Parts: sequence; structure tokens; C-alpha cells
Amino acid sequence: MDTIFHLHNVVYAYANTADSPALNGISMQIQRGQRVAIMGANGSGKSTLLRILDGLYFAQSGTVEAFGHTLDEAHLMDEEYALPFRKRVAFVFQNPDVQLFNPTVFDEVAFGPLQLRWDTATIRQKVNDALDILEISHLKERAPHRLSGGEKKRVAIASVLVIDPEVILLDEPTAALDPKSQSRVVDFLVGWANTGKTVVVATHDLDTVPDIADDAYVFKQGHIIAHDTPRAILANHEMLLSANLVHAHYHLHDGQTHSHAHIHVGHQHDH
Amino acid sequence: MGGEAHHGKRRGNFIQRTIDALTETLERSLYAEQFSEQRGLLQQLDPRVKFVSMLGLIITAAAARHVWVVAAVALCALFFAFISRIPIIKSFGPIWLGMFIFSGLIAFPAIFITPGPTLATVPWLQWNVSAYGLQSAVFLLLRSEVSITLSFLLIMTTPWMHVLKSMRVIGIPTLVVVILGMTYRYIFLMLQSASDMFEARQSRMIGKLPDKEARRLAAATVGVLLSKSFQLGNDVFLAMQSRGYRGEVYTLDEFALRRSDYVAIPFMLLIVCTGLWFGLQ
Repeated sequence: MDTIFHLHNVVYAYANTADSPALNGISMQIQRGQRVAIMGANGSGKSTLLRILDGLYFAQSGTVEAFGHTLDEAHLMDEEYALPFRKRVAFVFQNPDVQLFNPTVFDEVAFGPLQLRWDTATIRQKVNDALDILEISHLKERAPHRLSGGEKKRVAIASVLVIDPEVILLDEPTAALDPKSQSRVVDFLVGWANTGKTVVVATHDLDTVPDIADDAYVFKQGHIIAHDTPRAILANHEMLLSANLVHAHYHLHDGQTHSHAHIHVGHQHDH
Repeated sequence: MGGEAHHGKRRGNFIQRTIDALTETLERSLYAEQFSEQRGLLQQLDPRVKFVSMLGLIITAAAARHVWVVAAVALCALFFAFISRIPIIKSFGPIWLGMFIFSGLIAFPAIFITPGPTLATVPWLQWNVSAYGLQSAVFLLLRSEVSITLSFLLIMTTPWMHVLKSMRVIGIPTLVVVILGMTYRYIFLMLQSASDMFEARQSRMIGKLPDKEARRLAAATVGVLLSKSFQLGNDVFLAMQSRGYRGEVYTLDEFALRRSDYVAIPFMLLIVCTGLWFGLQ
């Protein structure tokens, strides 16, 4: 298979937290067309990993390769490297307000193509296509502060979909969405991944993982503690409990208190 | 509108008043945006045509040496508001009153201290009302009111972001326009954050907050919002980088002149030139 990302022993620490790095010795490979879930509790290093993969943060030690080339600050300073990379890899941030910085939805979706210096006619066409696919054409003149949470998320996805990237990185794509909006986002991701694109999703929403991923990593305090298929990961309740992805559930059986990992997956409710 | 309910509620403690003020600010902007979506005359025009026309009329009012020319520009503004379906008293009343008080405070002393023929004397105080002073005060008030009316007319008939984009017509750099646009965009987010913070505090509070505590709370809120805005600014920059931003901003200029604009341009030009001609005589 064609390797898209290759990370070897990557370490990244935020300022003043050098003693507990956000990523601590991460090694992994992501292949073309793979759908990868990065699972972990808050603060486990998921978002930092996505920012490393998108060339927004740079490994303090270890190596990161993207499309067979080293992904570092020096390469991204070079426009010959940076623009094709930005065209190939897109990132949907967890908080859509961070991503929606333009005055209108149309301007927002047009921002990426404009920076990639596409011609105006192509931009208009692609933007309208992206708005149609996400069913938000009626919002195109709307200001971002007048959108609902679900609408903002769809605009954020449209704003990266418009450049037709090979890889899409999503940070908690279903967080803080109502069930209908969640299902729309999941449906879109499933459909999009089926076109052979590479999808990397950071999430702690176990419910959606089997639908959106065929490979899963579990992160805990900057380390990978498990790597397997989503089904196998979700079956390992003890590991999920230790990663704080599920919580202990106490109840009585015949007068005796029992404790189990409590997990919801799809419509199933496992003890 | 919901905002009207808040006008009557401007009472209670510091937190309640702050929440009301923040909500009112949000609602006022939405109120203005509603009119920009209506089918009125000015709403049909290209934002650049409106921007330059309003600027021309403001310059005319500012440059005029005769009160009647300023008054004629004011009448034009009211006519434009009427045919643009903007409720004049409801929309402009509070603005006129605010401007009258603000400009009046500045103009009032000039009535008595400007040298010139005396028109009347204030009983008891024995202050002389100067003819030149009164004329200056009237000019200042009228010019201020006309300028603010024309500015609000532009804002109420044009989405704010289009107003900003149309500033490029007079040579404002794209980067400045983009920064202003982003500021406008994130002010709403910060307003919402501030409102949420005050409501969270309000929900846990019993009774009235002492003044000292209210000031401490206001300072703490400012600090938290500043910290949030730094974080947000950093994240927004990353989001821009992620989509190819490399220090130079590229934007789409989606404005296109239509037939109504080609009719409006000579009409507006005629009004401005006529006003300047008579005003500068």
C-alpha cells in the first residue's frame, strides 16, 4: 500500500509542560485510502497529532513524513512544497468558530481555493458544488455567527471539501452536535471515504467509530496504548476503561455490588 | 423584537444590566441586518455605489456654507430611507437623540462664547446668545445628524461585510478590510462568551452584588476574555495556515454593477455636485 504519513518516535510538548509531552514517542503509518480513528480521552494527544499531520506543529524529536517527504517547518516555508501539501491535506477543527473566520459562508468556502490561486470561475463553480453537496447552498450569504452548531460544522467541512483533498483530518467532528447533525456528518464521512480518500478522525465518541473507521488507535497521555480494528478495540473494555473512554458502571446483582465498563456502540449497550 | 423587551428591563444589578447591554448589542446588529435583506431602493444598489454616494453626501454636508444645503442633504437622506422601507423614527430616533446630546454638549458653549452680534440674553444668568455662535452650533448639530443618518442608512441597507468590502473602492488595502471583517466576525463570538459568563455568574448569585465585587467581576471578565481572544487568535491563524494562507490575503470581488446602478450613479453624482456647487458659493 501507498504510505501517506509515516511517524517515527515523534515527541511534542507544549510550553511549560516539557515533563509531560502531549505526544511521547508516537510511531505510526497511515496508508492511502485508510479510514483511521484516533481515540482517546481529553488531553490524550489526539488534537496535537492531527496538528502535526497537518504541518501546523512540528515534532520536537522524531520524524514525520508525508507523501514520502519530510514534513517540517523548512519544507513548509517553501511554496513549491507548501501549496501542493495544503491542496492534498485538509483539516476540520473541533471548534468550527475557529475555522469560520470569513464574513459569509460563500467567502469561507472560497478561502482555501483563493489561497491556492485558482481562477475565479473555477472557484465559483467549486464553491457552489461544495455547498450543494453539504446541502447548505441556502446559507451562502449568511454570516457565520447566524448559523446553528450543525450548520457551522457543515460549512467547516465544505470549506475543506472544496479543494478536493486526498486526506481529510477531522478533530471531534460530531462533538456538541445534535443527533440529526451527527448522523449527517457521519453519513458524509462514510460516503466521502468510500471514494478512496484517506480519513483520519480524532474522537472520543465510540458510537461513531465503527461507521467511520477501519483502523483505530487509542491514545493515553501522549502514548499509543492500542492499535487494532475498531471492533477489536471496542471489545476490549478493560483497555477502554484504562484510557478513560468508558466509565465504570456500578449496580446490584442479588444483593452484591458489581462494577463493569459501560459502553454504548451503535444501538447496543454492553456490560 | 426581543431587544425591545430588554429596553424596559434596564434595571437590577450590575450583572443583569451587563447581560441586557450585551444582548441588546447583538440584537441591534441583527435588527440592522434585517433591513439590508429587504427589497428597498438602496438595498438594490451595488454596495460600492452606495458607499461612494453616501461618502459624497457626507462631504457635501460637511463642506456646505449654507444651512439650507445641509438641510437639503438631510431631506435627501430621509427620502432615501423612506424609499428603502426603513422605519425612520424607530430606526433613527435613538441615534439622532444620542448624537444631539453628544454634539450639543460640544456646541452649547459656542453659543455664548463666540464673539458676534447678540441675539438675546439669558435671564438670571445674563449670558449673551451670539448670532455667530448660534449659527456655528446649528451647523455642527445639523452636520453631525446628517452624517450619522447617512452612515446608518448605508449600514442598514447593506450587509456590514459588503460595506467593508466596498471600502476597497477608495483604496483601503485588502488586508485592512480582511482584518476589519474578522474583527466584526469575532466580536459576536466574544459578546456571546461574555454574555454566557455573566449568565453563569448570575445563575449562582443571590441578591445584589456589592459595587466593589461588581468591579472585580468586570475586571476578571475582561481578563478571561482577553485570554480567550489570544487563544482564539492563535487557533484562527492555524486554521488559516491549514488552508494555504501564507501571509498574503486573496479575496473574491463578487460585486457587479447592474442596470439600477448605472441609473443611480449619474443621479447620485448630480445630487452631490449640485450640493457642492450651492454649498460652496
